[in-house]
Amino acid sequence: MRDATAIVGIGNTEYAKALDRPEKVLALEAILAALDDAGIDPADVDGLASYTMEGTEEIEIARNLGCRAVTWFGQVGYGGGAGCGVVGNAAMAVASGQCDVAVAWRSRKRGAAASRPWAGVRDRVGGNQQWSRPWGLLRPVDEIAMLTRRYLHEYGGSREHLCNVAMAARGHANRNPAATMHAKPMTRDDYFAARWISEPLCLFDNCLETDGAGAVVIVRADRARDCRTRPAYVHSWAQSIPLDHQTMTNFFTDDPLRGPAWDCAAKLWAGADVGPDDVDVAQLYDAFSPLVLLSLEGYGFCGRGEAPGFTEDGGIALGGRLPVNTSGGGMSEAYVHGFNLIIEAVRQVRGTSTAQVPDAEVSLVTSGEGVPTSALLLVRR
Amino acid sequence: MTDAAEAGPFDGMLKPAIDDDSRPFWEACDRGELRIQRCAACGVRRMPPRPLCPHCRSFETAWDVMSGRATVWSVLVAHPPLLPAYGDQAPYNVVVVALDDDPSIRLVGNVVAAGDAPLDSIDPHTVEIGDAVTVAFRRLADDVALPVWVPA
Repeated sequence: MRDATAIVGIGNTEYAKALDRPEKVLALEAILAALDDAGIDPADVDGLASYTMEGTEEIEIARNLGCRAVTWFGQVGYGGGAGCGVVGNAAMAVASGQCDVAVAWRSRKRGAAASRPWAGVRDRVGGNQQWSRPWGLLRPVDEIAMLTRRYLHEYGGSREHLCNVAMAARGHANRNPAATMHAKPMTRDDYFAARWISEPLCLFDNCLETDGAGAVVIVRADRARDCRTRPAYVHSWAQSIPLDHQTMTNFFTDDPLRGPAWDCAAKLWAGADVGPDDVDVAQLYDAFSPLVLLSLEGYGFCGRGEAPGFTEDGGIALGGRLPVNTSGGGMSEAYVHGFNLIIEAVRQVRGTSTAQVPDAEVSLVTSGEGVPTSALLLVRR
Repeated sequence: MTDAAEAGPFDGMLKPAIDDDSRPFWEACDRGELRIQRCAACGVRRMPPRPLCPHCRSFETAWDVMSGRATVWSVLVAHPPLLPAYGDQAPYNVVVVALDDDPSIRLVGNVVAAGDAPLDSIDPHTVEIGDAVTVAFRRLADDVALPVWVPA
């Protein structure tokens, strides 16, 4: 299905710590914006793709948009690992003819019950969490801090490199008026003065908490040429659950630092005419700064243990070896389970980013590392 | 059903919801034993426990008593915001240990001064990767004794 489909519409609400509209309304606003961007009538939407954590059901979207007949719908699980897989599944449904106009979206409010790590937690924790939560490994940040300490121990990186990730994202956000942190420059001193959350991770190693929604519209390549915007062709996409994986607390497999990104990358590149060296710009899922290091290695931009060095000397900032998270990412633009990263990957292909990589033709976006994950390779044609 | 946000966060220590897969592990802990699931057909141990051996696809399992000696594989130091019962003991360490009897088996735990000591009974910044530790058990409920780790 190489280049058989394209993202032709993108839309998002404003991003803020607290928005007054419900998640359903935010979802509808983002979807309408994406359809308007594409120049497609909402009645024509016949495919709906979402995260299993999405709070608004397909029937709500369909009857609010006035979709004539939805003939394909599907969801992908595992929170932040889902995003690119949601879009990829929608592209597959379009390519195979199950639908003609697919919409993928994510709407998320930080105050919503499902968004809080311990909302509803009471006394007994079951499933996989019984092997971590009772000992006070309570939050996603703790789960990633555990892997980070081991990573730094094995490879000799330091907090300076985590700081590089946070600083690159913030620098990009300072160029992006829509970013939550647009007006807030950050210095290295600011980073190192921040309070601990879960050592070795401090406040600025964490993504933002955001209310907001984003959406994209996917159609076949032949129809894409008639849309208002420059198509971002879905060149390749992939998902992965690696051997013996446990989501977030992936401490039990033989090699926990070889995360889901590795198998996802192998599938992604196998389906592409290009490789890591051809990628002009990357949006790497950044719920926490160390996930960017793991993803740089997993997707093949450098060897194992080399990601810390890759971030040095502005390596992942605009103008560097590989500009990463050019809208500010989850750490400085917005945290919408990575959906804003997908939208930014499209902007780069269109040439409309506020941190535009000149003549970007190959744009990678990835979903959460450390969970069953996914990735999407978009190209200009 | 009570809304969690209105009720505020749960203020106790979290305990495992024991299920069919995990029951032999927790029942052993209750007796003061650390037992790990092993495939009775091919002999490969696995953690967390599950019904089917991913190597030879046998449903037959056995539970081996471990010596209780382990090595710290990684460690973090948790700071608030945390659930109240944990925040009260912060900053505290959480570790992943690899069992000396079978380093392919890792467990989440805490390094504490003794089985009945709180999470902050050891300066968390003194816990390092490679530290030798020995299992102890912390009684959390009638049916739950949590394996924790004391310096060897």
